[in-house]
Amino acid sequence: MLGSLVLHLVLLLVFAPLWLGIIIKAKALFGGRVGAPLLQPYYDLARLWRKGFVFSRTTTWVFLAGPVVGLLVPLLASLLIPFGGIDAPVSFEGDLILFVYLFALARFFTVASALDTGSSFEGMGAAREVTFSCLAEPTVLFALLVLARLADGLSLNQLFGDHLGQAWQGGAGASLGLILVCLFVVLLVENSRIPFDDPTTHLELTMVHEVMALDHSGPLLGMILYGAALKMMVMSALLVRLAVPWQTGWWLTDAGLFLAGLVGVSLLVGIIESTMARLRMPRIPQVLIGTSLLSIFALVLVLR
Amino acid sequence: MELTNSILLAVILINFFTLGSARLGACVRIVAVQGALLALLPIMVHGVTLHSTLLAAGAFCFKGVIIPWMLLRAIQRVRIRREMEPIVGFVPTLILGTLTTAGTFLFADFLPLISAHHEGLYVPTALATIFSGFLLLITRRKAITLVLGYLILENGIFIFGVLLSEALPLMVETGVLLDLLVGVFVMGIVMDQISREFSTLNTERLSALKE
Amino acid sequence: MLVFLIVFPLIIALCSLVIPWYQVRSWLLPIVSAVHLLLSGMLVLGRFPVTGDWIGLDALSQLVLVVTSVLFFGCAVYAVGYLDLRRDRGNQTMVPCLLIFLAVMTLAIAARHLGLLWVAVEATTIASAPLIYFNRNRLSIEATWKYLMICSVGIALAMLGILFIAYAALGGGTPVSLQFDTLLAQAPQLSKPWLHAGFVFLLVGFGTKMGLAPLHSWKPDAYGEAPGMIGALLAGGLTSVAFLGVLRGVQLMAAAGDGGMARQALLGMGLLSLALAAVFMVRQPDIKRLLAYSSVEHMGLLAIGVGIGGVAAFAAMLHLVNNALTKGCLFLAAGNVQRAYTSKNLAEVRGAIGALPVSGTLFLAAFLAITGSPPFGPFLSEFTMLRGIFGGEHYVIGMLVLVLLAMVFIGMGATVLTSTQGAPSATTAGFRDRWLLCISPLGFILLVLILGLYIPEPLREALQRAADLLEVHP
Repeated sequence: MLGSLVLHLVLLLVFAPLWLGIIIKAKALFGGRVGAPLLQPYYDLARLWRKGFVFSRTTTWVFLAGPVVGLLVPLLASLLIPFGGIDAPVSFEGDLILFVYLFALARFFTVASALDTGSSFEGMGAAREVTFSCLAEPTVLFALLVLARLADGLSLNQLFGDHLGQAWQGGAGASLGLILVCLFVVLLVENSRIPFDDPTTHLELTMVHEVMALDHSGPLLGMILYGAALKMMVMSALLVRLAVPWQTGWWLTDAGLFLAGLVGVSLLVGIIESTMARLRMPRIPQVLIGTSLLSIFALVLVLR
Repeated sequence: MELTNSILLAVILINFFTLGSARLGACVRIVAVQGALLALLPIMVHGVTLHSTLLAAGAFCFKGVIIPWMLLRAIQRVRIRREMEPIVGFVPTLILGTLTTAGTFLFADFLPLISAHHEGLYVPTALATIFSGFLLLITRRKAITLVLGYLILENGIFIFGVLLSEALPLMVETGVLLDLLVGVFVMGIVMDQISREFSTLNTERLSALKE
Repeated sequence: MLVFLIVFPLIIALCSLVIPWYQVRSWLLPIVSAVHLLLSGMLVLGRFPVTGDWIGLDALSQLVLVVTSVLFFGCAVYAVGYLDLRRDRGNQTMVPCLLIFLAVMTLAIAARHLGLLWVAVEATTIASAPLIYFNRNRLSIEATWKYLMICSVGIALAMLGILFIAYAALGGGTPVSLQFDTLLAQAPQLSKPWLHAGFVFLLVGFGTKMGLAPLHSWKPDAYGEAPGMIGALLAGGLTSVAFLGVLRGVQLMAAAGDGGMARQALLGMGLLSLALAAVFMVRQPDIKRLLAYSSVEHMGLLAIGVGIGGVAAFAAMLHLVNNALTKGCLFLAAGNVQRAYTSKNLAEVRGAIGALPVSGTLFLAAFLAITGSPPFGPFLSEFTMLRGIFGGEHYVIGMLVLVLLAMVFIGMGATVLTSTQGAPSATTAGFRDRWLLCISPLGFILLVLILGLYIPEPLREALQRAADLLEVHP
């Protein structure tokens, strides 16, 4: 119990920024550049951590709470899900609801801290963020319902248990494929990746997520970046488990397989970011409604 | 079996895409892919026989290559790219499409199918594709999208027909495909004339004849 | 022999593409259709064996074949005169398309395999679309587009119906075949739900093609914008062919022991067609659209006749003949009137009898015939049908039909009488009745008159055999 808890946290905390590095590297290679070293996100975090705090006089404690909650929530959420073949340290009936709404809690604090600055840009970004995540929520819930139906259980550990291997080969393969695609889209939306949002854009008007962090600097920005990396890893972990539901039985190989899967997800994100253009803002809700419909359809497929 | 189901699922996803997309070129191409995928079905169901191979080849040529090529040329000639302002918006049609598709999947369980067809996705996919074609026909204004709707409708009927190919001798299948080809060809000519006369492909302009 | 009947017009159609002389190409039409008429006459009178797995003739198709052939011959003669007037439009499309149209209609009539029937009927849609587009203006584009889309989609549904019927065989555990005689033989074993669904889709599909309400919306547009003779061919020939498709479904249902349901469906659609047509014919200012609604009305009557059955079914068969010939006369005469006034609207067309003594009179006579006035044929068939309806104690339906027919008479009469009587309004100079344009409608109306006065015994027997096919279990 304690061992797996430690293993979970260590895997998460150590490897999370690496995936961002891989994405950046993949994009650089696609663009024909050498690109920053793989460990660049670690250096960035260290650099930000060494700086001092700067608070605007108009802000309150809410401004500080956003990054802190944003960092803590992925840590808590990670305890509820299996990392590849390594079971979740904390598991109980219905924890999938907690999992989904922990992220909602983090979003609430991020949005609140953005609004706390009183900047109009940050308000705009907050509005967009909330809209898109509202639209992404049905997809996640329907996808989890599909899994719950297949697993006959309500804890994430059961949902992502080893029965998935048979399910892929059996009649539910189609549904699983559909929700895998849907969850991947949600991953891109939630982690503000292209084609839904551009983490590297420099124009505030077109930003969604980044604009909310404009007034944060130093260690607070570091916490936001680190929290974002953790969140991405937690969500990727679900995808990896869904796509590669096999386990070897020995924790080291399981962890290796899991990390390899994460590398795959990061590369995929990198490739998509290099080959696709950003969608126009009005198209994003349409896409998200489309994925919701697809996941409903997947649910119908497993219900029949 | 697994491959067949994946093909049928891809067919349904293509239906959704066509219902939700405004880009005509992409729609034509994706319907071409749908036609090409459908061409695999006879071989999947009946194995490699003379009948199924010829049917697959014919369907691939007509549905997957020639007809889409004609439509793409039509799009280039009249220089239109997008379906603007459909009668019913893209998101509502997409929702309707999903609901009808989900409905057919539930409904198909109540159909008195023979036992061999109870498990597969054939019958619900065929019905869902037919409904999607209908939705396109009802909700769009551009002549070219209407032709696409007709094509999707025919694709749905084709899926159902694959199950019954012993009832449809090769001669009839050829006739059906030829009819489709010539029909779309004639529709293409009429579309050409529409765009020349009205300098648009919006069929709502075709409203002079009424009581 | 039957194969020759189908292939021969196709070959000539190919030849007509390479013939450089305008008049020769035009004259191909009457020559081919004369041969067609001669051969189908011989086939029907039993000179050659006419049964086969793929194509063959039974009593129903013999009837439709002869009617179509006669109608096509008349229209072909008319076409020579018409195309001579329309040299600006050319006949490079018209002649081959008409010949292909003839070939595929013959194929549809003779088909003994439901799949083949479908292919042929869909081909008639495609072959007739360029004919409707002959005038090449905005209105005819619109009409052609609507015709193509609605009929193609409708026919696609008929295909679904045919597949359902095949599935019924699969569900019934019998060998799956769409060969019609096989299907009839194994009809009692067919799986009922699929058969019923199949029949409904067949009715919708071929009903669209036939123009039964509420699937008739293309009809006024297409008939209104197409040249008169094309209207005649569609209203008299193509609708009969589509009706044959519906009747195949009825035959199958009757053989399976579910004739009652099929009849109910036909009866309902027939009454609806009659009612809708009657409503739209009142105060209809456009002569050709008026004729289109009249066609809807008569398709409704055919459906009602078959729906009632017995004497009424016999009357429906007779009415099929009468309707086709009268429609031929009506559309051709209306075409002449339209050419003379370069309009088909009541506002401009007045006093047609004064301007065109022959065509105007023929138009008036054909109007009287189609609305069921004695002594023309439709009177006899409608009267027989009513006798059948009242004889079967369907008093409400009978009264309804009577009232609607009276309404049609008044509505149609108001338009036709205004356009034919009185002092002629301005006409295009130079258009006079000419014999090539008048001989065919005259011939049609004479035939209708003869049918109204006397039905030859062989024809009566043929009609009875056709009606029996719908009744008796084989």
